[in-house]
Amino acid sequence: MSPTSDAPDAGVTRAEFCVVACADAWRNAGEIMASPFGTIPSLGARLAKRTFAPDLVLTDGEAALMVGAPPISAKPDELVREAAMPYRSVFDVVWSGRRHIMMMASQIDRAGNQNISAVGPHDKPKVQLVGVRGAPGNSVNHPTSYWVPDHSPRTFVDQVDMVCGVGAARAAAAGAGATRFHDVRRVVSNLGVFDFETPERTMRLRSNHPGVSIDDIVAATGFALTIPPDAGETRLPTPEELDLLRTVLDPASVRDREVRT
Amino acid sequence: MSDKRLGVDDIVSELSSGMTIGIGGWGSRRKPMAVVRAICRSDLTDLTVVAYGGPDVGLLCATGKVRKVVCGFVTLDSIALDPHWRAARQHGRVEVMEVDEGMFFLGLQAAAWRVPFLPTRAGLGSDVLTVNPDLRLVRSPYGAGNPLLADPADADVDLVAMPALRLDAAVVHTNRADTAGNAQVLSPDPFFDALFLGAAERRFVTAERVVENGTLVGEGGPLLSVPIHRMLTDGVAETPGGAHFTANPPDYGRDEAFQKEYAAAASDPAEWEAFANRYVFVGEDEYQARVKERRAS
Repeated sequence: MSPTSDAPDAGVTRAEFCVVACADAWRNAGEIMASPFGTIPSLGARLAKRTFAPDLVLTDGEAALMVGAPPISAKPDELVREAAMPYRSVFDVVWSGRRHIMMMASQIDRAGNQNISAVGPHDKPKVQLVGVRGAPGNSVNHPTSYWVPDHSPRTFVDQVDMVCGVGAARAAAAGAGATRFHDVRRVVSNLGVFDFETPERTMRLRSNHPGVSIDDIVAATGFALTIPPDAGETRLPTPEELDLLRTVLDPASVRDREVRT
Repeated sequence: MSDKRLGVDDIVSELSSGMTIGIGGWGSRRKPMAVVRAICRSDLTDLTVVAYGGPDVGLLCATGKVRKVVCGFVTLDSIALDPHWRAARQHGRVEVMEVDEGMFFLGLQAAAWRVPFLPTRAGLGSDVLTVNPDLRLVRSPYGAGNPLLADPADADVDLVAMPALRLDAAVVHTNRADTAGNAQVLSPDPFFDALFLGAAERRFVTAERVVENGTLVGEGGPLLSVPIHRMLTDGVAETPGGAHFTANPPDYGRDEAFQKEYAAAASDPAEWEAFANRYVFVGEDEYQARVKERRAS
């Protein structure tokens, strides 16, 4: 018998490890709004809602809350809506704290600051990005995690060029108004899972995805990452999760377009 | 009751160079593009544009109308970033006051409520405060000894004081409006259009159709579909297709093919010139005719 086909993770793709890693960010979240950005976090939130986090609240991507956790490719007219959620009301949710967002990051640094605004000087950027959006307010009002599908020294940088999402040290420097509800939880990349559970609240490896070595992660990270001795591998999807993902939520494997194996 | 109907050119004639203009909608959704196109054709210049930015900002930047943009983003939704905005920023052709999108909402709200600022946690710790050095914090006057302090953890807390975003003029686009200036949104999100109008000195609504006063509610739609009342409007213009190419359901969705052509034109000055001559520097009727022609081909 071949060692690879008998390995417990045989056949689980990198994208699938990423989906369950994202889903786990919403474990025990209760009745709050999950706001995932990107295909993999969207699948993660839907998987969480269909399994261990049934009370999660998901939006239809427009201006409503939707019932259930439909397939990722569901058309707007196939969705069942339960309540209105126009942008004006989204701010009520954000500022009430009943939300855990997973934003993307063009840059993220060791201190957990995120940038989606601009690379280079802000008055004349080298690369203009989409803009700060709601990142500053999100990160000081409710749990915030990040998804980075292209882990490299260009995305995991020593210091971001423009702090949009606020890391722990910047929040602490801004005082109690910023720290009160600040809770930057987790970063999931195509290579591993990270948190900020060090004394200085700086980035720490939580798990490497199977098939990725810790050396790979260190080489792809533009700063000194804390590597705890007990960092394990990202968990396998359960058979139920894998089945839901492959046959219900994403039968067309849209997930593989965001992360290749 | 006064009849507030006017034309798009009347709206533009109420604007002048150097003004601060608020534009309703969000991203590439329900933008008053007929008025934006008319501004592009006008000799207005040096504008400050305040918007949840979409192709309104991109077009006005590409035609050199803008000195400064107040925004939290500029997006085309199905295309993450408006490339005309990207070009204007990377060439240093426009100033930006970049704020969190919730701060932006509070800025409009403060202006509409006639208070100088509203406090928020949004922005604390971020470089929004660094790149906008005139933004200030405000310390809560409710200290530990004050019996009115709701939460001890908030004693003497420092918050961002988001300043009022006062507008010289605002323009929004809705599905229907009536001759008196009430306006109806038949899609699920009214966005912040009523606040843009509330924050402005001169207030204009364009709509797909303008109907008789009193007919919006009932057969026209439920009461809550009319979030803009006539005390918020000075003028109403009927502009069928006036949000094109942004989304304006249920009248029409986003014209994705057209939007792609608009975005692609940013890559090359010759392409932009061809696009602008065909679709920007023409009257609105001609524009709508060319859009129809384009769709047929």
